[in-house]
Amino acid sequence: MANRAVEIAPAATLGLVIAALILGSAAMLATRAETWVLNPADWAALRFTVLQAVLSAGISTALAIPVARALHRRRFWGRTGLIRLMAAPFVLPVVVAVLGLLAVFGRAGPVNTALAALGLPPLSIFGLHGVVLAHVFLNMPLATRMILHGWQAVPAERFRLAASLGMPPPALFWHLEWPMLRAVLPGIAVMIFLVCLTSFAVALTLGGGPKSSTIELAIYQALRFEFDLGRAALLAALQFGLCAAVTLMSLRLTVPSAFGAGIGAAMTGQPPTGWRRRADTVAIAGSAVFLLTPLVAIALAGLPGLWQLPDTVWPAALRSVCIAVVSSVVAMIAALTVAQAAARHCNGWFDLAAMLPLSASSLVLGTGMFLAIRPFASPENLSVAVTILVNTTLSLPFLYRLLLPEARQLQADYARLTQSLGLSWVTRLRFVTLPRLARPLGFGAGLAAALSMGDLGVIALFAGDRGATLPLIVQRLMGAYRMQDAAAAGLVLVVVSFALFWAFDRIGQHYADT
Amino acid sequence: MLTLEAVTLRQGSWELTAEWRVRAGERIALIGPSGAGKSSLLMAIAGFAPPGTGRILWNGEDLAAKSPGDRPITILFQDQNLFPHLSVWQNLALGLSARLRPMPDQSERIELALHEVGLGGMGLRKPAQLSGGQQGRVALARAMLRARPILLLDEPFAALGPALKAEMLMVLDRVATATGAAVLMVTHDPSDAKRFAEKTVLVADGAAHPPVATAEMFANPPPALRAYLGPQA
Repeated sequence: MANRAVEIAPAATLGLVIAALILGSAAMLATRAETWVLNPADWAALRFTVLQAVLSAGISTALAIPVARALHRRRFWGRTGLIRLMAAPFVLPVVVAVLGLLAVFGRAGPVNTALAALGLPPLSIFGLHGVVLAHVFLNMPLATRMILHGWQAVPAERFRLAASLGMPPPALFWHLEWPMLRAVLPGIAVMIFLVCLTSFAVALTLGGGPKSSTIELAIYQALRFEFDLGRAALLAALQFGLCAAVTLMSLRLTVPSAFGAGIGAAMTGQPPTGWRRRADTVAIAGSAVFLLTPLVAIALAGLPGLWQLPDTVWPAALRSVCIAVVSSVVAMIAALTVAQAAARHCNGWFDLAAMLPLSASSLVLGTGMFLAIRPFASPENLSVAVTILVNTTLSLPFLYRLLLPEARQLQADYARLTQSLGLSWVTRLRFVTLPRLARPLGFGAGLAAALSMGDLGVIALFAGDRGATLPLIVQRLMGAYRMQDAAAAGLVLVVVSFALFWAFDRIGQHYADT
Repeated sequence: MLTLEAVTLRQGSWELTAEWRVRAGERIALIGPSGAGKSSLLMAIAGFAPPGTGRILWNGEDLAAKSPGDRPITILFQDQNLFPHLSVWQNLALGLSARLRPMPDQSERIELALHEVGLGGMGLRKPAQLSGGQQGRVALARAMLRARPILLLDEPFAALGPALKAEMLMVLDRVATATGAAVLMVTHDPSDAKRFAEKTVLVADGAAHPPVATAEMFANPPPALRAYLGPQA
């Protein structure tokens, strides 16, 4: 029809902008790399990146299985709260998580105190151990929710049938649970692997040194300290290639939803007793302690310092909030535009455009932009704009995935009625699309805002002495060993992040009256 | 005058042809076995699925270039006729001006239409607070406000009980009379056709046959209709 072209024009334009941004950055990196030969330090960074990502993905997924199973088959006080808590690390700023882990596993933390009391050697949180520990802390809960979702997707009737046949637990596992796990685990593991490949803040704070540097960190060091643009470009190109390859691989795997996990799905049959019951108790208690202790430690360490925060904290917080709000709103508009076009015109190109940012990381895009901007302006002056652009771009894929099913449903239910009434696009947006999609829009904008608020990536590359965001301030305070101030600023950061998430989510729920 | 000119709908190996006319204000029932293509024909006329070949004309003008909203047509679907998040009043206003800010005289018309279908004073309710029959009345009130010369009904009352359905047909009759619209109503219930439509189109065996006077059709059912109605009829 005649207005088909008009309808897809905004989404098509957006798709082209995203492609230009990602592929343009990649091309910029490829042309600026002065050599294609990796030096030994680059090889070490590549090896360490892949090693820590493999370990983090493997351990997170492996630990998540027993916890998810226990949560699936047991009912206990606080279960709902624990499942909700499992979503928290997703919006928890990474630097704050690191601060919490330092407080628990650090030299003076309770773990090492206990080890010393037992006459055992202390555990170091720096290096490979620490990086993997932090990644497990950040990703295991999400993996648990995804696997739990998989468990709940197995029809309850099958468990009932198995119970009526008197299937013992091993048979139950092989016939019902293993096929489900085999279907969902690869997707989850690859997703965590991809997240850990681009890990920057964890490596910056807990890694470091030539032996435990990720590629992302090496890019930062090359650009920021050695000012070796050619090497930074080479490393960024390497990172892009790595992520693009893993993203391509992951497109063939299904990733279950982490947010649909039901709280009170029906349970059938008696949960097993004996050692299995004790194992479930250990899994539940262990995961709760592992998750809660660092969070509590942050609160305890940060509270005393709240009344004497360094002067830099509040302006940085304000800057971070502005960046978070602007980038989440822009990302939401972009994701909605592309998702609606994809729902209406079943076209693989929209999918591709929305997923393309997965192949780029914060520092890859940052390096590309740094190289593009430097001939014309001082990167420092554009740090806020670049951060907004990068955060917007990087949150697009998951917002798109969140919105697409809802947009498809809206299309299936009300497209014909909307068309038959001849509603203009403004009317349709205001009275049909926004109210019908208010809930996922609010939730998605909340996630994007919290992620952007806590993000420590491209800003570290661009910001000068002034113009720092709150996560960067926290990291700098940590770097200066002002742990009390760092904890207090971290507490502010985590409170603001959760408040932003909560506010957007509430706005969405408020307008979603059905 | 609605003209179906050598219209052929195709979907894989399935095919349906139609070649007939409907005069302004005529009331026609479409009857036939499920899967015969009654709904598909309505969707083609409404502009949701263009016919494979042939033309659909209104007063001599080809409708092919017009989007569903621009056609001289109001359609009631089997379900999802109302937006659940909008009030009854807003649903009607949206049908009237495609905006939610109607002129003052339009507000009055909305109130009148609500009274006409027996829902006076219920404008502020949400569809979920109404019964199925009341929801059908809202959709009919909107059809009355839009006052397009063709009204298509794709079994919107199929889920209602006999008494409610009889009531809805009375409301429909009032709306059709008030707007002077030609009505094409899909149904699988012969009594709907007998009660409401002066002519009936039999949709069977790959064709939507030209309309025949309803009384005559049921007095003397062709073999395809006899097979559909079964031995009782």
